[in-house]
Amino acid sequence: MSQAALRQPPATEATNDAIVEVRGVSKIYGDVEALRNIELSFARGKLTTLLGPSGCGKTTLLKIIAGLVPATSGEIRVNDRVVTGPGPERAFVFQDFALMPWATVMRNVGFGLELRGVREAERKRVAQHYIDQVGLSGFENKYPHELSGGMKQRVGIARAFAVDADVLLMDEPFSAVDEQNRRKFQEDLLKLVEIEKKTFLFVTHSIEEAVYVSDRIVLLSPRPGRVSQIIDPKIDRTATPDEIRRDPGYLDTVENIWDGLRHYAE
Amino acid sequence: MATFAQTGNRVRPAQAGWSLAQAFRARPGLWSLLSFALLCGVWEIAGLWPISYAFPTFSETLLAFWEMVFDGSMLQAYFITLQPLVLGVLVSALLGVALGIVMGLSEKAEWLLAPVFIVLQAAPMAALVPLVTFIYGIGLTAKTLAVIMLALPVIVLNSYKAVRHVSPSLVAMCRSFQGTRMQRIFKIVIPDASPVIFAGLRLGVAAGFIGVMLAELLITPTGVGDLITYHRSIANYAHMYAAVASIIALSMLTLVGLQRFETRFLRPEKRGA
Ligand SMILES: Nc1ncnc2c1ncn2[C@@H]1O[C@H](COP(=O)(O)OP(=O)(O)OP(=O)(O)O)[C@@H](O)[C@H]1O
Ligand SMILES: [Mg+2]
Repeated sequence: MSQAALRQPPATEATNDAIVEVRGVSKIYGDVEALRNIELSFARGKLTTLLGPSGCGKTTLLKIIAGLVPATSGEIRVNDRVVTGPGPERAFVFQDFALMPWATVMRNVGFGLELRGVREAERKRVAQHYIDQVGLSGFENKYPHELSGGMKQRVGIARAFAVDADVLLMDEPFSAVDEQNRRKFQEDLLKLVEIEKKTFLFVTHSIEEAVYVSDRIVLLSPRPGRVSQIIDPKIDRTATPDEIRRDPGYLDTVENIWDGLRHYAE
Repeated sequence: MATFAQTGNRVRPAQAGWSLAQAFRARPGLWSLLSFALLCGVWEIAGLWPISYAFPTFSETLLAFWEMVFDGSMLQAYFITLQPLVLGVLVSALLGVALGIVMGLSEKAEWLLAPVFIVLQAAPMAALVPLVTFIYGIGLTAKTLAVIMLALPVIVLNSYKAVRHVSPSLVAMCRSFQGTRMQRIFKIVIPDASPVIFAGLRLGVAAGFIGVMLAELLITPTGVGDLITYHRSIANYAHMYAAVASIIALSMLTLVGLQRFETRFLRPEKRGA
């Protein structure tokens, strides 16, 4: 946080304040071309959604940005530095939770700090804070198998928050959640975005979800994934969730994206 | 278990039936005790049946057991048997788990060692045990080697497979939070692999007991193996069964202890289950 604050004054307008830049990234797995020449930049403090048909390379792109998968060509820059692997300024929320079944919620949430050698008392203090934030107070000493899918996902989110990264990479974080809880989580997420002032890269399959939570939506084409459209839904976040979902602007954007995707379906 | 019986009596002496039902719910271990008692009962009855003179009742066997404990022959036998057993099992466990983990982590080690252990596991080891005497004679070395031959392959191969099947997503998670290679091995790979590693250890320990018995029956009549052979030869069947039962009981206790160790230190989430 303090780093970001120091960097801000000179960087404000000049560089358009892009925290993550994707430059000419392509990815080929054996004989599968997953991504072709992706050019993108993600604005600091904003929530950007990657949306696209299944298999178009969303997870791949997110993992390349995370430094978990090497790009075949092109480069990723985060805070103006080229990415060669995972780094402390990025944290990943896994689609399949990736929780350690032998560890309590408390230890799972504090695991990123544990790996950094943070002392136990401090680790617990930070972990407790984010456990409370995601609404899991009282479950600190439960094991993952004692939690529902949605609760596990929130443990994953709390773990990513706990390391205080600038960029949160979230791969379909609400996939394991029913429609009713999904709405609640989306609202919780928006609150966290508001409080934490971090940059979010978010993958989802749901157009409504994308429009509801995003500052910007990147539409990817079917494989090989390319950027096909960029949409900035201008949603008034001060309105209540129900008002937003009935807002003509919101509905138009959803319709717009459907149109954009329709010609792929045909 | 003894402590529990005490507290159970102290809490509700007036409602014995009800507190017993509660006791069973609170301590599922009591069910194992019950099943054990049932086994002993069936044995007792089966022994009373005049099928074979060579099959003693449970109480006769128990009596013979205490007799051998008090005359020192049991202690003497176990002193001999436990040396190659403990040594062999310890070597197999430490070496086996280490080798298996290294094979799981390194392609080169896998390429070098996996075929060896696959062949060893497929080989009928019991048939090879007598061969050991040709090379190492009939001493402690030969018996320890027999234990290792039976225990090691299954421990190595289970550990190796366990590491190979560690959740890739947990490994990616550890990497994404900048875990070092050592942190990855000790905080993710080993705990995630531990159920399968321990399954291998249990099989290996059981195989080690087979190994030491084979050695004592086939190589040199010493220790518990000798106790069994000797009492059979003089038709002391109760004593023979007591010796056999004691080694089975020891093997079982070791396996239970191993399980306890695992749930206690590596997989605490399985404690309730
Ligand atoms: N490790 C891998 N090895 C080989 N091919 C892979 C690998 N990972 C992904 N692919 C291929 O790359 C393509 C893109 O995969 P990716 O998982 O990025 O898609 P996605 O957009 O996340 O899909 P979904 O929406 O279904 O999650 C797919 O065709 C997939 O088969
Ligand atoms: Mg995906």
